[in-house]
Amino acid sequence: MGAFLRDQWWVVAIFIATLVPLVRRFASAGVMEGLRTLDRRWIFLLMLWSVLLPIYFIGVTGRTFPEVPSALARATFDEIDRLAPGDPVLLSFDYDPASEGELQPMATAFVKHCAEKKLKMYFMALWPVGPQMVQNTVDRVIRADYPNLVYGEDYVNLGYKSGYEAVIRVITTNIRELYTTDARGTAIQDIPMMKGITSVQQMKLIINVSAGYPGVKEWVQYGATPYPAVHLIAGTTGVQAPLVYPYVPRQLRGLLGAIKGAAEYEKLVIDTYGGPNPDPKYLEGLRRMGPQLVAHMLIIMLIIVANVLYFTEKRAARRPSTGSGRPERAEGR
Amino acid sequence: MKRTVPLLITAVVGFTLIGAYFVPYTQSWGETVAIWFDVLAAIAFILGGGNLLRSHLKKISDQQRGWAYSIIVLASFLGTLFVGLGKIGVAPSPQFLEYSWSGPYRQTGSAFWYFYQYAFQPLTSTIFALLAFYIASAAFRAFRAKNLEAILLLATAFIVLLGRTFAGVALTGWIDPANWEGFRHFTGLRLENLTVYIMAVFNTAGNRAIMIGIALGIVATSLKILIGVDRSYLGKD
Amino acid sequence: MPQTGWFDPTRIWFFGLLVMLCGAVLAYIFAARRGMRINVRRIAGLEAVDDAVGRATEMGRSCLYIPGVQDMNDIQTIASLTVLARVAKTAAEYDARVEIPTTRSLVMTAARETVQAAYLAAGRPEAFSPDQVYYVTDEQFGYVAYVQGLMVRERPAACFYMGSFFAESLILAEMGNSVGAIQIAGTAQPAQLPFFVAACDYTLIGEEFFAASAYLSGEPDQLGSLKGQDVGKLIVGAGIITGVAAETIAGLTGSVAVRSFVDFLINRVLT
Repeated sequence: MGAFLRDQWWVVAIFIATLVPLVRRFASAGVMEGLRTLDRRWIFLLMLWSVLLPIYFIGVTGRTFPEVPSALARATFDEIDRLAPGDPVLLSFDYDPASEGELQPMATAFVKHCAEKKLKMYFMALWPVGPQMVQNTVDRVIRADYPNLVYGEDYVNLGYKSGYEAVIRVITTNIRELYTTDARGTAIQDIPMMKGITSVQQMKLIINVSAGYPGVKEWVQYGATPYPAVHLIAGTTGVQAPLVYPYVPRQLRGLLGAIKGAAEYEKLVIDTYGGPNPDPKYLEGLRRMGPQLVAHMLIIMLIIVANVLYFTEKRAARRPSTGSGRPERAEGR
Repeated sequence: MKRTVPLLITAVVGFTLIGAYFVPYTQSWGETVAIWFDVLAAIAFILGGGNLLRSHLKKISDQQRGWAYSIIVLASFLGTLFVGLGKIGVAPSPQFLEYSWSGPYRQTGSAFWYFYQYAFQPLTSTIFALLAFYIASAAFRAFRAKNLEAILLLATAFIVLLGRTFAGVALTGWIDPANWEGFRHFTGLRLENLTVYIMAVFNTAGNRAIMIGIALGIVATSLKILIGVDRSYLGKD
Repeated sequence: MPQTGWFDPTRIWFFGLLVMLCGAVLAYIFAARRGMRINVRRIAGLEAVDDAVGRATEMGRSCLYIPGVQDMNDIQTIASLTVLARVAKTAAEYDARVEIPTTRSLVMTAARETVQAAYLAAGRPEAFSPDQVYYVTDEQFGYVAYVQGLMVRERPAACFYMGSFFAESLILAEMGNSVGAIQIAGTAQPAQLPFFVAACDYTLIGEEFFAASAYLSGEPDQLGSLKGQDVGKLIVGAGIITGVAAETIAGLTGSVAVRSFVDFLINRVLT
């Protein structure tokens, strides 16, 4: 840290310079008055620094916080790790660029894990921009690091189909009713790895990376629940994760929630298959835990400060004391 | 007649699809109708696009406040439409080399791909990233310990906020049987474990209760709409 | 899945539950029509609708109504249109301007019909303009960016967020707060409820949102359906208590009969 502060003194200088007006404001108006009339843009600036500085620090030093994988991350890892080479796996990437920050690390780690295990990967998407997410991940992982994998024999991109959960309901019984070509326009019957594949029930595992609707809930309702033999694991955004906890572990064998889940899963994949110097693109989840820590600490600090202000104002409002001597009734929301 | 026909269509189609769910031969009707809806929605795009063009052209011609933004909207809309429909920069598919338009419009390196990669993707990520700033300002403004429920909420928030980061591990990592055998019974109090417990038990229970209420609300609302008791979505008489 | 036969026997229990729930709703609708008195607790968010529109009128600013980001096939969007009818009627009566940007063309069309009918019901058909309801974009964050800009430029005095929302809920609510608008939200998306509760003045939580149509109209048969919903909750509650008690007894005593009953509930009744 000392070396970082010395070498990157200009970043520290800019950081301090942007906060000087705020400090002067507190000094002139008083801390409580300054907090009471605080423009929200100062909070935005603090949030900017709380994300930017850790990203910069991690980018320069390469250091990340240690991660201890949770039971859910381990269950997710084990579901893929138990499979044998050649087992078919369906990967449904149901997210868009907005959620890429949270979900791309786990999508990348899923594909790396499947490639290492030499599984047959069938990509699809229920979101219109999902195929781009698939293509980006394929380019980043498979074409960059596993050039021996052949399109059509080891992995295929079936593309996007509109219809939300109706797509899941159809492909769980007859995939060829909806998918007559892949995303490139090649007829399904001409794709070697599609031979003998008639429905999703033949997949050894379904991996869903989901940002909302349609997503993991629909996969649970229409893909996993009617067919108990189908194994389903998922990676979701932090907001969505609490909604799918009830489905763990019967319908959902493993769940990665938010960037924390991605970091834990990445740790398991890298420790097992990453080698001594893993490519930075497989460490994105771990790297993003730094800004998450600082941002969370900022939010906690803001809540504490706001409550100190609230109680101080409440106490000041009670003076002089009322005739009855009874405290004011607290307001509830 | 103007209101009776839509009500009849709603009732007949709705009850037919409900019944179809229970009859083996007709169980796929629901999926078929869902696909019909997608076709309708796709055709409705033309309505929406037409409305978009009309309203922005009107703004430009009337030179209303902000009409320059309307020029940008129309230029982006028409440019993307032209580039996508025309498959500008898309190489033909290897299976159909003789047909220049046979390649997929989202092909890597095509003009549409550039629009997506370097305009659409950064813009949507930017708007989504605003959430971080708004969460901070909402936390400062709204989270007050006004009563017991609020205090419990804040305490839970602190546990989860810390438990989802390395801070949770650092603060309670000392609760380890390796340090003292007696800690074996207290590892659940570690912040990261508490977080999982809160999410899996309390949060799940609350979510289930809300979801059950919502499901019942959906059943009742749908029934009212199907039998024509609730007609406000058609406009009042 | 069997393809022959008139009835799928694996769904008999689901059919029975459906008949019970729908039967309860229908029974109370008919009872309400025959004059049974139905009491509904006060829902602050719905009581505040008229006040919010009135505030906008006094301040000379507009109302903004967001009917969610999903299409007409989502029941929340339909429920949103029933609230829109009331908001539009009140706005027509108070001579306030209400603006309804939509993310779906079909929603635009339906909302236009609803608002026009509301203005007609209020006796102000000439005040309605089709340009009040317009299509923006299907893209979620493109829509949010537009509404944010609209809020900053127009500074509406009242914002209504009724329908299905996703990640944009907090962005909309915080932006509305920053321009000083009174905000009333209603959604059945459990993940978005905390954001609306934190940032809005009033929030309709889940089934309160679906009750809006009945609550605002005050019609007896609509209120009867709310009572039927409560009976549904009692049925579900009884089921939960039965299942939890049976599972606990089976776990504690190891009784084969009770375990069979629990397995029957899980594998036959609840499938």
